[in-house]
Amino acid sequence: MTTISGWGRYPIGDTEIISPRTADAARRATAAGDQAIARGNGRAYGDAAIGIRQTIALCHLNRMRAFDPTTGRVTVEAGLLLSDLITTFLPRGFFPYVVPGTDLITVGGAIAADIHGKNHHSEGGFGRYVDELLLALPTGEMLLASRDEHPDLFWATIGGMGLTGIILEATISLRPVETGWIRQRTIAADNLAAAITALQSCESVTYSVAWIDCLASGGRLGRSLIFLGEHAASDQLDEEQAVNRFPLRKPSLSIPIDLPYFVLNNWTVAAFNEFYFRSGARKSTSFTLLPVHSYFFPLDAIGNWNRIYGRRGFLQHQSVLPIKNAESTLAEMLDRIAQRGGSSFLAVLKKLSQGSGPLSFPMPGYTLALDFPIARDVFSFLDELDELVVAASGRLYLAKDARQLRATFEGGYPDMSSFRELRRTIDPGRRLQSRLAQRIGI
Amino acid sequence: MAEAKKTVLILGGSSEIARATALTFAQGRWTVRLAGRSHRELQREADDISVRTGRTLTIHQLDVLDHGSFVAFVDALPDLPDVVISVVGLLGEQPRAEIDLHHARKIMRTNYEGPALILSLFAERFAGRGHGVIVGISSVAGDRGRGSKYFYASAKAGLTAFLSGLRNRLAINSGIHVMTIKPGFVRTRMTEHTQLPPILTAAPIEVGEAVLKGLNRRRDVIYVRSLWFFVMLVIRLMPERIFKRLKL
Repeated sequence: MTTISGWGRYPIGDTEIISPRTADAARRATAAGDQAIARGNGRAYGDAAIGIRQTIALCHLNRMRAFDPTTGRVTVEAGLLLSDLITTFLPRGFFPYVVPGTDLITVGGAIAADIHGKNHHSEGGFGRYVDELLLALPTGEMLLASRDEHPDLFWATIGGMGLTGIILEATISLRPVETGWIRQRTIAADNLAAAITALQSCESVTYSVAWIDCLASGGRLGRSLIFLGEHAASDQLDEEQAVNRFPLRKPSLSIPIDLPYFVLNNWTVAAFNEFYFRSGARKSTSFTLLPVHSYFFPLDAIGNWNRIYGRRGFLQHQSVLPIKNAESTLAEMLDRIAQRGGSSFLAVLKKLSQGSGPLSFPMPGYTLALDFPIARDVFSFLDELDELVVAASGRLYLAKDARQLRATFEGGYPDMSSFRELRRTIDPGRRLQSRLAQRIGI
Repeated sequence: MAEAKKTVLILGGSSEIARATALTFAQGRWTVRLAGRSHRELQREADDISVRTGRTLTIHQLDVLDHGSFVAFVDALPDLPDVVISVVGLLGEQPRAEIDLHHARKIMRTNYEGPALILSLFAERFAGRGHGVIVGISSVAGDRGRGSKYFYASAKAGLTAFLSGLRNRLAINSGIHVMTIKPGFVRTRMTEHTQLPPILTAAPIEVGEAVLKGLNRRRDVIYVRSLWFFVMLVIRLMPERIFKRLKL
């Protein structure tokens, strides 16, 4: 038995870890699974990748299988890290269509959570760029699923949180890029309404995301910096960048110890936010060129940044609210957060479109992502936020969840019947089960 | 590199050290051939390296315990390689080997007999041609036998002595270079359940890089992490009456 947790370091669970070395070994482990779930690089925040009895770690399935440079289609094993994919293909002029805030996640995990990036409003989620999946089913079968073959299973697996079989290999499409640079523009929004208007009016920009100052209140409630980005073309690079058309990642720093819980408090976070907002607002007129890593994965520059929240860990609360209810509900949520002063260091607002699979998180609307260090009152506080979310017909992101109540899940994902029916068919013996699935009754 | 792009043959081609070595050479634009027992595993590694580097690799079936097949194996290669690297090895289970002679024999044959015989064959072919590089991945364990691993260690000691003798014989005017690599601890499936001191533990890719670098500098014996040289010096110099009482 091994004790593991997700990236938020809450909750922790004891599980047997099985580490197959080959696709066939993973198939056998799935067929013999005892309430098992697949695990990639452990970056889901909560308990999505902790099995009840067994956890099947896919980190050794990290080989690339085939690549077609004319179409940009690549077939890889599911345990391959996005960072590995980017290091290999960026110098050849290809980049994943969808990347989240870290590239230290596996391709299998990206599919299972149907992850979204800063371009979800314009280009959809990771699932949209998946062409084919090689799945190991609890029956011991290995089968290929795509839009044409076993389409129900294919779509249910996208965003299916690993509950429809174990992804062994995936064929995905990569985006041709001329450079490894992003042309960024920043817009300063003085309040929530301005932030939403800005995100709305920049619909056609490929990448957009807003950083929100969660401690601002009153007339400045929801003040934000909106970061817009496009892949830079070769002729948009300065001389200095043109020499280094595909910049590589710099070596990262690391947080070597758990910071004491008092390092992040209302005063330190408020001071940081004030500084950050002002410096962002100052830069807001011009374009800046950033390497893809700095634009998409700023936190990866600090290894183990989760330790900044101390040993007790932290909770991530990411909700999405349908467009018509978004502004009023967001205002109410932000108001409560500002009043409580929960030192949410990272708060992100972004526009989403429709998700791909039946259990995919995204829906047309606005998503708000917040971090909360674990504290005594945080659970009941987040339950209150959840009530606002469900009342507004919104839902929570399962890959980040560690604590939502069953009722919140039922309210957020009302039509689970076909997903559950599919699960009953392919996994009658319940070989696949995660702590998340058991907790909220997926 | 001064020479034009050359061919390297890696024996024991589906191990993690072999994978890292093959990747290093393919990135250096060498023609890479992988040989080993499992066609499927070799194909998986060859495909992976091919996608990563854009180079095409060839794979070749070889059972290092079947020395009767060696001549046919070498004859069937598309060409006589410029460099041959043996990554063949089996740690085995010492306690099991103590009571199971078949297992003990398998450890000894896989780590010594097989690699020594096939490298010997390549040495003769290289001598006939007038050039070639022979690289054997041996082990620091072979520097002195320890109670917890002496079947493995003695076989590696044999391989180290074999390579040393071969190097000595071919040192002058043969055009053949013989290199012994002692990786120390490496983070592979052989060691995944063992706690290892980070400073003495190399990633597989370091071994691959050490081989390529050593080749260019015509090194004879390489400790991948140089600290190992001093660690093993101390261990070798320790008087036997003290050494034998240590729990190693």
